[in-house]
Amino acid sequence: MATRPAEIEGLALGRGARLFDGLRRFFDGDVFYSFRRSPVTVVSFAVTLILLLAALLAPSLAPHNTYDVASLDLVNAFRPPAWADGGDPRFLLGTDDQGRDVLSSIMFGLRISLLVGFVAVMLAAVVGTLLGLLSGYLGGVLDSVIMRIADVQLTFPAILIALLIDGIVGTLLSPAARRDFKIYVLVAAIAASLWVNFARTVRGSTMVEKNKEYVQAAKVIGVHPGLIMLRHVLPNVLGPVLVIATLSLAIAILTEATLSFLGVGVPVTRPSLGTLIRIGNDFLFSGEWWMTIFPGVALVLLVLAVNLLGDWLRDALNPKLR
Amino acid sequence: MVRDGGRRPILEVRDLKVEFPTRRGTLVAVDGVSFHIEEGEVLGVVGESGAGKSLTGAAVIGLLEPPGRIAAGQILLDGERVDHLPYERMRKLRGKKIAMVFQDPLTSLNPLYTVGRQLVETILTHEDLSAGAARGRAVELLAEVGIPSPVQRIDQYPHQFSGGMRQRVVIALALCANPRLVIADEPTTALDVSIQAQIIRLLKRLCEEHGAAVMLITHDMGVIAETADRVAVMYAGRIVEIGPVREVIRHARHPYTHGLMGSIPVIGHDLERLVQIEGTMPRLTEIPPGCPFHPRCPAAFERCRHERPELMPVDGSTAACWLHDRAA
Amino acid sequence: MAPAADYRSGKAARPLLRVAGLTKHFDVSPPLLSRLLGGGGRATLRAVDGVSFAIPRGRTFSLVGESGCGKSTVARLVVGLYQPTRGTIEFDGVDMTRLRTRAEMAPLRRRMQMIFQDPYASLNPRWRVLDIIAEPLRVHRLLDDGRAVARRVGELLEQVRLSARDGDKFPHEFSGGQRQRISVARALASNPEFLVCDEPTSALDVSVQAQILNLMRDLQRELGLSYLFISHDLAVVYHISDYLGVMYLGRLVEWGPARAVFRNPQHPYTRMLLDAIPDLEMSGRRRIPVAGEVPSPISPPAGCHFHPRCPFANERCRREPPQPVAAGASQVRCHAVAEGRLGEEVIRRELVAPS
Repeated sequence: MATRPAEIEGLALGRGARLFDGLRRFFDGDVFYSFRRSPVTVVSFAVTLILLLAALLAPSLAPHNTYDVASLDLVNAFRPPAWADGGDPRFLLGTDDQGRDVLSSIMFGLRISLLVGFVAVMLAAVVGTLLGLLSGYLGGVLDSVIMRIADVQLTFPAILIALLIDGIVGTLLSPAARRDFKIYVLVAAIAASLWVNFARTVRGSTMVEKNKEYVQAAKVIGVHPGLIMLRHVLPNVLGPVLVIATLSLAIAILTEATLSFLGVGVPVTRPSLGTLIRIGNDFLFSGEWWMTIFPGVALVLLVLAVNLLGDWLRDALNPKLR
Repeated sequence: MVRDGGRRPILEVRDLKVEFPTRRGTLVAVDGVSFHIEEGEVLGVVGESGAGKSLTGAAVIGLLEPPGRIAAGQILLDGERVDHLPYERMRKLRGKKIAMVFQDPLTSLNPLYTVGRQLVETILTHEDLSAGAARGRAVELLAEVGIPSPVQRIDQYPHQFSGGMRQRVVIALALCANPRLVIADEPTTALDVSIQAQIIRLLKRLCEEHGAAVMLITHDMGVIAETADRVAVMYAGRIVEIGPVREVIRHARHPYTHGLMGSIPVIGHDLERLVQIEGTMPRLTEIPPGCPFHPRCPAAFERCRHERPELMPVDGSTAACWLHDRAA
Repeated sequence: MAPAADYRSGKAARPLLRVAGLTKHFDVSPPLLSRLLGGGGRATLRAVDGVSFAIPRGRTFSLVGESGCGKSTVARLVVGLYQPTRGTIEFDGVDMTRLRTRAEMAPLRRRMQMIFQDPYASLNPRWRVLDIIAEPLRVHRLLDDGRAVARRVGELLEQVRLSARDGDKFPHEFSGGQRQRISVARALASNPEFLVCDEPTSALDVSVQAQILNLMRDLQRELGLSYLFISHDLAVVYHISDYLGVMYLGRLVEWGPARAVFRNPQHPYTRMLLDAIPDLEMSGRRRIPVAGEVPSPISPPAGCHFHPRCPFANERCRREPPQPVAAGASQVRCHAVAEGRLGEEVIRRELVAPS
């Protein structure tokens, strides 16, 4: 079999061709097929997408800019939703005690909730995956230390961590600086409560992959251990990470909402869904139900949709079920 | 079917077809397989991976994993149909009339229960004995399969036995209700060579003594040569040759069997190169028309490409190959 | 095949690989806490116990044995995946056990490669075949240009009788036999002189095995490769080896030119192994029946490890581990052979006709 130069050179796919090939394989594959077949998943995906877009495009899409204090008019305060008695079509879901449009507040609130959630999960995923990889691959004392830290970490619920960090930071910084840092503290606290899940799972998968022959083959070739971890092991342990990330997003959003509800979350000037629920809660029993119910519904929808997506992803990526 | 003394074979399989519906279409994994096994006979079913031999065994004992299903054909045990039996009736048959010995002794036994408990449980499921009598029978069985100090070892857990010993226990489990048919799916593949020899001998002896028929599924021709009376060679879901062991091994009638025997290295044969069958067994989605072996067959001709050959007698044996069609 | 003198006297060209007194112990003690509470002691697994052999250039040396005999551990020691507890491994005169850093090992790694048993686990499922095969080229910086790499990978694929186009595909698109070919192509990428093959055909069907074995012999001829071939299948070993070593519970019990060991097995275990092979030719030959099972390698029997299963064992066998003695063209570790106790009559008494 003589080597044909032209054919051989053609075999190295360029970057663009590889991407295209990769996309084609995905849409042809079993994962996408199971997605198409499950109506629950498609609906969840649609809902998540809508909420995501609402959050991303809030500055342009929202009927009112609720951060603009100047545009508020107390005359419009306490208006019920548009379809009820006394409602105003300009304020579709009613207004709050300061005359802010509830619908717009929800959209901007979604923005904050999603932002905090995403960043916290990203942080937790990166730190957790890295530590899990190192722990599982290198083993020994490093593994023991990291796992013990993880065990200790798990005994603290996120709320406690957030309160602790908040308290410590409060005594160290001036009130002004404290306000600025609040959101970073929040993100860090939520990430701290989530990273262990990633680390544990990645560590387990790493320990399995480490013993497989393709890793040994790389060692025999003489590849640097760091490169083995990043290029060989990591791509093979990422599957579960994606699932955990999706499910953690729901948890992160809820955690943030809880913290905000308790008053230790985001500052009131940029309310998240949790803050909105808290503010509205005060007026629940005096009859202005829309101020807390609608943000609550939005929160439930978001968390439910993300959770269902995560469930589907976990089953779709599980090789044993295929 | 005429037999000596007019006896029926214990197992009769007629035109068995096993299918797997997938989103890309229906895959036919076993396509029109027919054979029979007599009392006390060992039928070897040999073939490479993907040939369909394990699925055939699973179909006979009713353990096909869905979505796989028996799409056509009949399976008769002692003259009664057992394909498509409702779950409960099949469950009663299993163990009592048909038993199975699997490949991996590690996973065939429940690691959480003692060996004795698993044996007694099986015995009590199929026979009406007191617990004490069942235990006595279990000890007898362990002794029969060659486990030393059975009275002590009956209360041990599977992990306390070596691989070969575990496989003996699995055989004891299979035989405890005196089944009519034993299906052994690669019973020695996971064992060392020296243990393999012991286990094969044991299986053969016990089945002869109990009068059971054996369907021995394996990819190892050597095991077949030592144990089987007749052998069926499977390829791409079909039987391409079936006949007495001596005939099939020494004078293969089908080109695939011939190639297979030639590719096995044998101590004492000094060869530069082993016989090599070009290509690989076709995937279930790509089975060619006509004879499934024709693309790889050195003796293929025009008819092989279009018409699928059925098993035909070839003095003393049977093979599915147009080379032997006298009428042509 | 090289004459026997070449192998034993060492006077001819230096062997490519020489292993002396190779020993590997694994600590399998229960964790500290369990030992304190349960009172169990430390346990050591003597996986490899004083193994010595040499492989001349361009030849195939096979190690056979059953599970727990240590042959896979020897393979991994030779290739540097494990560090030996004692002993030396000399590759082309360089003592590998003295090399510590990756940089020092690098030139050796280029010259020796390994092929593994499991075709499904030995290729990274997320990498394309091109990248898998090109890895040695990239790690050792043998070629820099992307095109040159692609061309070389294409040549390698053709050399193992696959198509150059297969480089774009993923491992799951190939069958077991094809994956082993890809492993071979990867092993050949850096132009090695020495390949360690750990049961490369055990997971393959018999007809595919024939293809791979033929390929390996062709490559040996074309490229002048030397092989260390690990297997439990004696028939495969018969077909492909020039030299052969039989291992039992970590020790090399018999070794020498392959034909000599097969035609005139000296050690009782070798005889037993050969007799246990199913008789494909249905010759009805008489053989020594197999006794017992391989004991656990954690606490092997004292003296000669094989004595509990050996029909010829005596008191000395139970106490004293045998040293190697020459027997014909091979070396054997057996007191009975050394004392000349194994005459024909003695053997014949143990033979039994097949049932």
